Amino acid sequence: MLDLLRQPWPWYVAGPLIGLTVPALLLVGNKALGISSSLRHMCAACVPANIPFLTYNWRAESWNLWFVLGIALGGFVGYRVLGHPDVVAISPDTVRDLQAQMHLTDFSGLLPKELFAIENLANWKGWVFLVLGGFLVGFGTRYAGGCTSGHAISGLSNLQWVSLVAVVGFFAGGLLMTWVIYPLLF
Amino acid sequence: MKKSKYLTLGTLFGIILTKSEVISWFRIQEMFRFQSFHMYGIIGSAIVVGLLSIQLIKRNRLKTIHGEPITLTNKKFTHGTWIGGLIFGLGWALTGACPGPLFAQLGSGVASAAVLIVAALAGTWTYSALRDKLPL
Repeated sequence: MLDLLRQPWPWYVAGPLIGLTVPALLLVGNKALGISSSLRHMCAACVPANIPFLTYNWRAESWNLWFVLGIALGGFVGYRVLGHPDVVAISPDTVRDLQAQMHLTDFSGLLPKELFAIENLANWKGWVFLVLGGFLVGFGTRYAGGCTSGHAISGLSNLQWVSLVAVVGFFAGGLLMTWVIYPLLF
Repeated sequence: MKKSKYLTLGTLFGIILTKSEVISWFRIQEMFRFQSFHMYGIIGSAIVVGLLSIQLIKRNRLKTIHGEPITLTNKKFTHGTWIGGLIFGLGWALTGACPGPLFAQLGSGVASAAVLIVAALAGTWTYSALRDKLPL
């Protein structure tokens, strides 16, 4: 059993479990799964700066911050306690493409060190991947009214056509970056 | 404690995200390059299970464990839905992370996740400040 837990989980185990989070949150407290709102609550708690969109009673939504704290704990348990392979077993085609296009050589860990090492903040890569990338995630998810959990999982589960529009936008942006902008950057 | 149930569910959610490797930048690149079924299988089966569960909740008018009726709010369309969606998509392919995985990465000990989260907070803050000037 422990051996099974230690291995990476296949999609048909992880996907349904993620799906079950939707009814679990509804049943324990009438809450809709969504994580990007936590970024708004953190901004409202730390730097509200009299901005109307950030001056509200964020404490009333603090369940979301507890959920996010749990995700960080889960990251620790899932990676450090249950163990992990050094190299994520992605498709050989992806490895080949990333080597050829982005000149990556180190495929260990969760993020490629050649793009995401903190020391990269001294060159353009760090600013594009760490700073601009993170900024677009925070800006875009709030502007769209949700992220992969709020729109793709929660919204589509509840048959919200608005969420379908958002998810098409997510993928269009991702494909644009991967297929059009990456080849220009490297 | 009232919030411990959210902490517990969050922890389970974080373990699933981590063990299925969806918090890895490499998996997201694999997805956008259409070179594996892994991410599509996860997102697709999560939606199917979520959809069936919501149907069960609606049809049986299930209540929360505290006896309150379960309410599902409808999301409103704005132009931000697609413009913001597109912007997030660009960031998703750059960072290989959505907001949830960022926190799981931080917990797993990835130092750059802290920088990514601060940058994401700056993005959310900037959106909040500019909100009145953006097309809605």
